Amino acid sequence: MKRELQKRFDALLQAGLDPQRAARLRRELMGPQDHGDPVPAQETPVDPTLALADLGIYDYHDLLALQDNPEPKASYANRIRSIDELLERDKLRAKDGFPRKIRLGRMIKPGKTGQGKVVVVPSTTEEKFIHDPNFSEEEEEQGAGGSGQGEEGEVIGEQPVRPEQQGGGGPGQGEGGEHEMESSAYDLGKILTEQFELPNLKDKGKKRSLTRYTYDLTDKNPGFGQVLDKKATLRRIVETNISLGNIAGQPAERSIDPSTFLISPQDKIYRILSREKDYESQAMVFFVRDYSGSMAGKCTELVVAQHVLIYSWLSYQYANQVESRFVLHDTSAKEVPDFAAYYNLKVAGGTQVSSAYRLVNEIVETESLANDYNIYVFHGTDGDDWDTEGKEAIPELKKILAYASRVGITVVQHGSTSTTKSEVERYVAKSDLLESASTTLRMDVMQEDSDESRIIEGIRNLISE
Amino acid sequence: MELIDQHTKRIMEGCKQRAWDQGLRFEDESLEYIVTNRDLLELSPKIMIPTLYDYWVHDVEVMKGKGKYELYPSNPYETVINTRPAISFYNDNNPDWLNVMIFYHVLGHIDFFQNNLYFRHTWDYDFAGEALSDKRVIAKLRSEKGRWVDYVIEFARGIDNLVGYFGELSRLNPPPPLSHSKRVDYYFDIFLQQIKHVNTSNYIKEIERFNQCQLGDEALCEDAFFSEVDRRHPEFNALYRKHIEKKPKVRLDLYQFIVENSDFLAKEENQWILSILHVIRKTALFFQPQIRTKIMNEGWASYWHETLFLSDNRINGHEVDFARVNAGVTAMPRVGLNPYALGMRMFYFLEEMGDKGKYSYDFQRNQDIRVRKDYDRKLNAGKAFIFDIRENLSDFTFLNTFLDQDFVTKNDLFVAGKRLNEERMVWEYYVKSRKAADYRKMILESLYHPPHIEIDHTKSNNGVLYLTHHFEGKPLLKEFIPNTMLGIEFLWGAPVKLETTEVVSRVAPPSRPSIPGLPAPTTDRPRKREIKWQRVVYTMEDRQLTKEKL
Repeated sequence: MKRELQKRFDALLQAGLDPQRAARLRRELMGPQDHGDPVPAQETPVDPTLALADLGIYDYHDLLALQDNPEPKASYANRIRSIDELLERDKLRAKDGFPRKIRLGRMIKPGKTGQGKVVVVPSTTEEKFIHDPNFSEEEEEQGAGGSGQGEEGEVIGEQPVRPEQQGGGGPGQGEGGEHEMESSAYDLGKILTEQFELPNLKDKGKKRSLTRYTYDLTDKNPGFGQVLDKKATLRRIVETNISLGNIAGQPAERSIDPSTFLISPQDKIYRILSREKDYESQAMVFFVRDYSGSMAGKCTELVVAQHVLIYSWLSYQYANQVESRFVLHDTSAKEVPDFAAYYNLKVAGGTQVSSAYRLVNEIVETESLANDYNIYVFHGTDGDDWDTEGKEAIPELKKILAYASRVGITVVQHGSTSTTKSEVERYVAKSDLLESASTTLRMDVMQEDSDESRIIEGIRNLISE
Repeated sequence: MELIDQHTKRIMEGCKQRAWDQGLRFEDESLEYIVTNRDLLELSPKIMIPTLYDYWVHDVEVMKGKGKYELYPSNPYETVINTRPAISFYNDNNPDWLNVMIFYHVLGHIDFFQNNLYFRHTWDYDFAGEALSDKRVIAKLRSEKGRWVDYVIEFARGIDNLVGYFGELSRLNPPPPLSHSKRVDYYFDIFLQQIKHVNTSNYIKEIERFNQCQLGDEALCEDAFFSEVDRRHPEFNALYRKHIEKKPKVRLDLYQFIVENSDFLAKEENQWILSILHVIRKTALFFQPQIRTKIMNEGWASYWHETLFLSDNRINGHEVDFARVNAGVTAMPRVGLNPYALGMRMFYFLEEMGDKGKYSYDFQRNQDIRVRKDYDRKLNAGKAFIFDIRENLSDFTFLNTFLDQDFVTKNDLFVAGKRLNEERMVWEYYVKSRKAADYRKMILESLYHPPHIEIDHTKSNNGVLYLTHHFEGKPLLKEFIPNTMLGIEFLWGAPVKLETTEVVSRVAPPSRPSIPGLPAPTTDRPRKREIKWQRVVYTMEDRQLTKEKL
């Protein structure tokens, strides 16, 4: 795997690379190539010696220490009341000329079972002049206190690097978890649509019906019908004759003579053609995430946060009739079964956008999804692609555009490269697809330090008509 | 919220009596309440002050994470609050013996609140009472001005960590009047040094002359001394008079400066803003000492709950229960910092020092390890020594003065480092250093420390408010600058500038070039990054932020 990457890297080098990009690619190449385990490593037991390692001096308080009273939990009902109020207040702020303050922070709670479990935490920050808590002059984190035996230099405990610390960027995992207000993706979609004025999906031509009917031989009907249900009929005949006394006592003692059985017309059970309500899945959403090494940190956080919001918005628009598929790619692509895996796998490896597009095409083709669904594809990347010209990506993208209702590409620019356009941006622009397929293809470019309002703005760009 | 029952209150009164007997000093009135989960939900955003003003942010989840204590320097789950009378909060199902332990802990805190000089400004009034009337004022204003009240609260809270706490303290704790005259001070401190610029030998000669003079008749000494001065420096008297007439300069904090000098606030229709600023400033001042004495305060309370509990005859038979809970509170974690454990050990250590007379020049000078170990002058002055410390020090002075190698060695303390093992993808915790200096540095760096930002009066002109951030090695958090400055501009009513220092570039330590076929180089020991700093000025004008390099 690595050798192959190295080969490609050398080829790219020879073709000429600007030094910044070369450095970035080299980092991807030298970085870890393994995406880790989709199961969050939280399940591994914490080393007891390190149980208190993350607590600072000011995290201790008397109620917890002396009275064993953890932070109180707010109930869902308490908080839900305030969210509309808060958002209303926020609108007024904008009117008064102050920046909005409510954020729907920390929105993803990937459950192992339920995809689409979304946690809405209306949150805010009170800004003050403070020292940057993340700043450190040294590479290594500032030390903590410790006590007990051990020579200088001796390792006294270890803790697995959690995948979400590097990749999924699980914002706020483990902190304040108890305070979270749970809501369905549907609710979040409603908030997004109403409060943030995301556009409603327009019905093209006729009203979409959420249900369709199929006719099937499912109902049973005594007396008449299309097909005789022999097993059910036999059972009815036996029942009738038991009650008539034609079958009595132990069947082992006396042989049963079926010729004496009486058969009433009502005993004949037929299958009858009937109308069945069949819920139609209206939308199939492919979430495609670049999990290559260069996506570490903020990039991934932004992409995942945006994808959750898009998912929620679509859930609301399609009245929960949304199916989603999750595709991750580095130099090769793979499908993962649920949001948890999609969210948790950490970044590593190089980048090959075309692999993901190809996989989406394969899935759509083999399952012939194009006929039954409105297909949406959302792709989040930092715009880096080892396939510089998009020679492979563009044809695949064209294929997707042929059937998809909307393809939205989110490019999160690294701060350092903001002056130059990234590869994906460049080759998509060059292909003229943005113009020729302007109704289906959208691209949104945001900076790495974008805040939530920018994410929502991005969604508006991606999904607007 | 309801008061504890009569039975439990009697236990508390018994605890107070025992605490007084041991030398703790506090007012005899106190209130104890039973709190439920629901009460805590309402109390914690208000920092356990039941009467604090309402503010919408209290109802919202506030972003937490690293640095939250720089933003909220007050403990949201305090068990006892520094009011008059002091109020403390309890679970309703605590057994009696546990209540005894908690009562002693609480009494330790109350004693600390009411004797430590960093709390001096909270001694003369009841905060809960004033907060109640402030709450009513704000509610009334809100009914008149609507959401603009909340904007003002927001902007005022934005600068509440820059409140002039130490200025307030020094106003309340003026240095004791000196025995010698101001004229002597002026002559030696200002006249000779700043006006005449005499050299050291001449300066010492003058001191010598003054000392000689004092050996004679003390009453006449000064006059005799200055008659000589008059002869040599005829201009001295005129300069001295001028100096006395000059009013001592009072340093105003940002709130006070804005209140006194803002044209915007001086307008009749904006007068209501002043009362809100006053409330927010007072509240911020009230909470300042808590976070600056966390280790001492918890250590002191833990020292006393342990000492008093074990000598309390009412709880015989519960020693094992106590030991279990107490160990949970005061055990030193293998990795981590527990303020209870650290503070308590410091007080035991200092008591021993006082008892053995180790806090003396004689002992400190002696470097012989055996002599130091066996040193004991049997002074038995430990209690008085720690009472003195609890009165006069804060966390910084406490740790900076007394956390020495003897303490670190005695308690097996070390600085724990954390590094990434890339091969196994684990964080490794290791013993980084057992030196007291490193340990002290580590702990001092984790103490609360707001940025030092002052008004630059020389650069504040044409209505512009010019703030200078005195750089101490750490940049400000950039994301918070725009909104904070927006708030200051609103209150000031004119453009605001902030001068600060930012990172231009940082050069990562050079990594070894990768050689194909070989594993990636492992990280070496951490090195300091080379950081280039740059002084910049932010300007907030008409709600637009601009930045320029200096």
